[in-house]
Amino acid sequence: MSTDINITIVDRDGTEHEFTVPTDMNLNLMEVCKGYELPVEGICGGMAMCASCQVYVLTEEHFGERNDDEQAMLDEAYYVEENSRLGCQIPITPALDGLKVKIAPEAV
Amino acid sequence: MIKTDIIIIGAGPVGLFAIFEAGLMKLRCHLIDAIPQPGGQLTEIYPKKPIYDIPGYPTVLAGELVDNLMEQAAPFKPGFTLGERADSIEKQEDGSFIVTTSKGTQHHAPVVMIAGGLGSFEPRKPLISNITDFEEKGVRYIVKDPDQFEGKNMVISGGGDSALDWAIYFAEKGSFVHLVHRSDRFRAHKDSVSRAHELAAEGKMELHTFAEVKELNGDNELSEVGIYSKEDKKIIKTDLWFPLFGLSPKLGPIGDWGLEIEKNAIVVDTFDYQTNRPGIFAIGDVNTYPGKLKLILCGFHEATLAVQTAYKIIHPEKKFTLKYTTVQGVQGFEEEQQIEKIKS
Repeated sequence: MSTDINITIVDRDGTEHEFTVPTDMNLNLMEVCKGYELPVEGICGGMAMCASCQVYVLTEEHFGERNDDEQAMLDEAYYVEENSRLGCQIPITPALDGLKVKIAPEAV
Repeated sequence: MIKTDIIIIGAGPVGLFAIFEAGLMKLRCHLIDAIPQPGGQLTEIYPKKPIYDIPGYPTVLAGELVDNLMEQAAPFKPGFTLGERADSIEKQEDGSFIVTTSKGTQHHAPVVMIAGGLGSFEPRKPLISNITDFEEKGVRYIVKDPDQFEGKNMVISGGGDSALDWAIYFAEKGSFVHLVHRSDRFRAHKDSVSRAHELAAEGKMELHTFAEVKELNGDNELSEVGIYSKEDKKIIKTDLWFPLFGLSPKLGPIGDWGLEIEKNAIVVDTFDYQTNRPGIFAIGDVNTYPGKLKLILCGFHEATLAVQTAYKIIHPEKKFTLKYTTVQGVQGFEEEQQIEKIKS
């Protein structure tokens, strides 16, 4: 039985990339972006400490909930919108099938 | 001019371990780092986070690992140029290099090892269109020489430790501090947050939560800061604003050193982690090669192999055979590194 899901990641220049990603590899969205060589830095390595993996969740039903560390980081980050999340805090689970996100602009 | 055997750029875990491995081969090291304390990302970003994949340590806090690496390197009496960014490198006729920092400090050695991690940490700048007009004219991203600001009215932005610590420091030194944060939750240590609330109650600080500095005014020098919240806008008369939103790494000047760069990392040969410029090595997160993993433990391995070739460059006439530390222990250097005081 396949545990893969389909997600769409919109690049900073608007290009849409569709990926089939596994849900049984303990991946998060930041790692998926890096794995496919999209321009997401993930400087802190996934500790919600840098906001370099910020994305906008375009499919409302997949927004989930920001955790405390993530919220605190977003409170200090730039270009934060209502639908902002940190990719590293979004685990890839079956519930995310159909997820669409856009990568936030790079903070200077 | 500081003279040494190996100039190491970056005082993170990999640079620190390179001191030890070089020391075993009787090579001296001098480290340069843009941030004022050793440890790199480990002290700057996550000192209190446990690391689980250092061989022999089931768990170790990042800050502890740095302390241990400093202790391990101590017998080899490394030199440090901290708080200065390595800006330029010049090859000399004899093949050696002079590395000059942002403050003009010069370092001379036959070998350079770049252990620069993600690059040099630079302050994150708020997105205000005219902010550059007021840099060093009231807007300061880093608190340097705090004495000069004591007693002054000021605005500090941010919700992390740096913003809170400085807000408390200045409020306690007689300044009136406006602390501005986009939310009412602070990332800073709980004790600091309660102290800030105390100071606010004592009338030494004003907390502007759910607010943001969005406007800067002044002729030439900063004279007013506009603090916006959802409901209103307050203009504060001040000539001092510290936006303290943390640091973000930039590869920086190293990118212009004629080294082969691929995706923001320096390409190396896995034989000895040398770059396309002989005598310049790149180890740790700053390098890339097929199969590269950005792990501290991989950086330790890279440092160890790199110093073997470094030895051959520094002492082409000598042979060296690897000795296990279990055989003879560790023999450090007795004397401090010689620093030539030459006015350039």
